[in-house]
Amino acid sequence: MITVHYFARLRELAGKAEETIDQKSMTVSELLDWAEETYPGFGKDTVHVAVNEEYALKEDVIQSGDVCAFIPPVSGG
Amino acid sequence: MKPFEIVETPIDTQKYTDYVLHAGAGAVTVFTGHVREWTHGVRTLYLAYEAYVPMAEKKLAEIGAEMEAKWPGVKVAIAHRIGEMHISDIAVVIAVSSPHRKAAYEANEYAIERIKEVVPIWKKEIWEDGEEWIGGQRKYPEGGGQQ
Repeated sequence: MITVHYFARLRELAGKAEETIDQKSMTVSELLDWAEETYPGFGKDTVHVAVNEEYALKEDVIQSGDVCAFIPPVSGG
Repeated sequence: MKPFEIVETPIDTQKYTDYVLHAGAGAVTVFTGHVREWTHGVRTLYLAYEAYVPMAEKKLAEIGAEMEAKWPGVKVAIAHRIGEMHISDIAVVIAVSSPHRKAAYEANEYAIERIKEVVPIWKKEIWEDGEEWIGGQRKYPEGGGQQ
């Protein structure tokens, strides 16, 4: 199981703050494809993925038990 | 208080100033970012901030470490508030002490720029006639890149 968190616009789009995906492993790129397919309008080209609270690259592999977060463009400050 | 933290209650800037102050500090700069009523001609009623709290606090601490590496001798504390905030409320405080003035100013500006780049915090503007998450995620063309 892979846990994913949604924030800001993506939380509203998904209608939830988090969920789990029943996968043993997948790449960040595959996760973004899954999100785009599951939630049309996700905007995967503008979204970063954090794995275990660190920004990940598209080719990084996510393993079961990892905690991921979709990070839309940030606007703190 | 923690020196790098996300808070849900009004920010007391004095706590962060006191944290960075020490006998070797000749200068302290304190930046506060406030909720602004007008942005590009649109009137904001209030703002709603949210954060990925554990990662945001980790990234704030990393920014502090970057500052200490670039400007030896600086001491840093940063807090960002989340939740609903009204006009003139403090959203962020950055306190920097340094033996000398120039580093305190420079390091403080560096911090706010880095916060806007890497810290997972999002802002929603609520207007009289609508609302929108800010940060470039709006109105991308299909398959388009970022800005």
